Amino acid sequence: MPRFLSAQPDSNLLPLPWDVPLADWPPDLLVALPRGISRHVVRFIRVGQSVYAAKEVIEEVALHEYRLLQDLHRLDTPAVEPLAVVTGRLDAARQPLDPVLLTRHLEFSLPYRSLFASGVRQETVSQLLDALVVLLVRLHLVGFLWGDVSLSNVLFRRDAGEFAAYLVDAETGEFHPRLSDGQRNHDLDIAITNLFGEFCDLEAGRLLDAALDPRQLVDQINSRYAALWGELTAAEEFSGGDLHRIEGRVRRLNSLGFDVAELEVTTAVDGSSIRIQPKVVDAGHHSRRLLRLTGLDTEENQARRLLNDLDTFRARTDQQHVDEAIVAHQWLRECFEPVVRAIPPELTGKRDPAQIFHEVLDYRWFASQRADREVPLGDAVQGYIQDVLRGLPDEAMSEDLGETPDERRLVNPFDPSQGFVDEAEEAPFDPWEAEAVAPDTELLPDVLDIDALRRREAERRASD
Amino acid sequence: MATVTFKDATRVYPGADHPSVDKLNLEIGDGEFMVLVGPSGCGKSTSLRMLAGLEEVNSGQIFIGDRDVTSLPPKDRDIAMVFQNYALYPHMTVADNMGFALKMQNVPKAERDARVAEAAKLLGLEEFLNRKPKALSGGQRQRVAMGRAIVRQPQVFLMDEPLSNLDAKLRVSTRTQIAALQSRLGVTTVYVTHDQIEAMTMGDRVAVMRDGILQQVDSPLTLYDKPDNLFVAGFIGSPAMNLIKGRVVEGGVQIGDWVVPVAREVLAKAGDTATIGIRPEHLTLSDTEAGIPIDVSVIEELGADGYVYGTLSGLSEDARLTAPQLTARTHARSGTHRGSKVRLMPDLTRMHVFNDSTQKRIS
Repeated sequence: MPRFLSAQPDSNLLPLPWDVPLADWPPDLLVALPRGISRHVVRFIRVGQSVYAAKEVIEEVALHEYRLLQDLHRLDTPAVEPLAVVTGRLDAARQPLDPVLLTRHLEFSLPYRSLFASGVRQETVSQLLDALVVLLVRLHLVGFLWGDVSLSNVLFRRDAGEFAAYLVDAETGEFHPRLSDGQRNHDLDIAITNLFGEFCDLEAGRLLDAALDPRQLVDQINSRYAALWGELTAAEEFSGGDLHRIEGRVRRLNSLGFDVAELEVTTAVDGSSIRIQPKVVDAGHHSRRLLRLTGLDTEENQARRLLNDLDTFRARTDQQHVDEAIVAHQWLRECFEPVVRAIPPELTGKRDPAQIFHEVLDYRWFASQRADREVPLGDAVQGYIQDVLRGLPDEAMSEDLGETPDERRLVNPFDPSQGFVDEAEEAPFDPWEAEAVAPDTELLPDVLDIDALRRREAERRASD
Repeated sequence: MATVTFKDATRVYPGADHPSVDKLNLEIGDGEFMVLVGPSGCGKSTSLRMLAGLEEVNSGQIFIGDRDVTSLPPKDRDIAMVFQNYALYPHMTVADNMGFALKMQNVPKAERDARVAEAAKLLGLEEFLNRKPKALSGGQRQRVAMGRAIVRQPQVFLMDEPLSNLDAKLRVSTRTQIAALQSRLGVTTVYVTHDQIEAMTMGDRVAVMRDGILQQVDSPLTLYDKPDNLFVAGFIGSPAMNLIKGRVVEGGVQIGDWVVPVAREVLAKAGDTATIGIRPEHLTLSDTEAGIPIDVSVIEELGADGYVYGTLSGLSEDARLTAPQLTARTHARSGTHRGSKVRLMPDLTRMHVFNDSTQKRIS
């Protein structure tokens, strides 16, 4: 009988065919969502109304990753939410099967493969890399050494005009009280190598725009990481007369989306110089403020955009003297909710509400430019639905296209790691595997056989 | 030349009350396969990471060859972490999967091809070079991952529990392959594991660590035959060495109603008590009144061999609860049965005596 380790048990999990290896699960339980490359068997499964990602791995790894993802969640770091580890699985012949780690599918998330399948511009790739760098910096700030930074291990979500990245694979991760420079550099080196490999792979699969060069793309990672890490953590010294620079630093951090929870300020004995260094910074400056004011839980740039609209609303309705929370409530009722309500139910799977609001604001701005007058929000929503939203693919649960521009098909639509269908080839000769199954091959034993060790040592001595 | 030398290398985590690695002194020879082993938290992984540049060295130094790498960034140390990344890219050939990191480092194509071909030959993957990886078996995928490290031609390979996420079958075959490959390549290798079987079967030498302190570094057989201290004696070997504490008396150490004979000069190095260490295969069932008296609790027959498990006879109820279990390897059909009292005679030439306060072997 399988055992379920879970903080929030879901009874729908019980009847699933845990006695069948994940690779052999019937297709009616599976959802073909696009995803990255994995060295394990990974499938998306439909459980009641939800979709979960299931990964088959050995027990230590499954438990380790489950706990790390829980910790990341507690620390409010963008990562998929772990649901359960299913252990104690036996197949029909009572042979043990590896445990399965279940995580919740992140709604409106986009794996890089699906973003690249439709062709991307240089600017979009840069935004994806920026999102990855922000994620890496946030992980490093909380002492998380990832160990396997790659596009395959990340999901992207639209975030106003940019992207937000979420960690989906923590298998190699470790928490430390503080990361050393060597550890951070190590993660960066891994990121650069893995991303170079992934871009080369996209190139080989004719999924990368020919104008994009993998090397130039990954060259950005180091400098962007260094710039962001420096702004968030570096000490700054200035003369005692430049006190405004403290305020300036805090504002810069806020504009990057970070709050300063602890700023160390050291003054020289004679007051001639001041040194400041952020000690604790928290991501989510704008999203926290929006959540506090409106209860809306959004990505950081979406929050920034919505807050800007809230500020505009406050100015337009001349309520600068009114408590911000009260105005926010009005804005929610009069601006945000009408837009969200106007979306026909069949189109709500295309974008999440905050993203729709952002795109409607963009649409209205362009429409107003064109019409040379202010287009009312209600008209803008209808225009946006007709001109834009109807034509977009569903992204709440984007189906994998399973095909590329030249219409090659995946070997297995549920597992992109297996590559594309091409002519059947016979497996070439592998001397190692031939030797491994040869009758006289001696494998190193799986028990401590000291007599065998002595025998081998004697043979070695004799041959020397 | 790539020897690796740790000189008093120490790592203290901020806020920790004792070092994770305490004055590690270890010399690893050129081409040697060195295994660091010990229980969780012993400092083996931290030591490897200090060598890799992932952990700060708070004091002491680390050399690769004659080069002091103590404060060099990881990428300038000329090392390769094997199996760091073994996701294979489905659209790229096996050759490109092995060589892409060289491409990133701007290694010219001709040289890249030559290095990949050489690695493929070593790994038995020549026939696969132009294939896509989709049809590769688990073992072949592992070899491609090894190939990624080999083509970089590093001075030192580092492997941190590389087999820990493999299933049992793949683990045994990969263990064999790594050992064979390492001896063919002759590249200095530092390998970390918590598994003594891995350590004992793969390493040229094995460094046993505990609580951040190197306990002993020797060939697997020397560790087994001549453990320096009680920890190594108990850690290496499966089933473990019998360690029995007794009072030092005239002529030996009192165990139950029997005095284990110990030479006078050895006893002189002990205190009031001493611990006798005997491997299960060095105990035989005694047919006289001499020997360590035990109450047999379990008999396990495994083909021609068998194991007899029991506890020391003549103990009080309380003492029996905490008494260590003794194990003897016997021939099958020893005639003993559960609940019987037998005496076990140690092979005195292969018995060890440990000082209880220093924990060191004194015989």
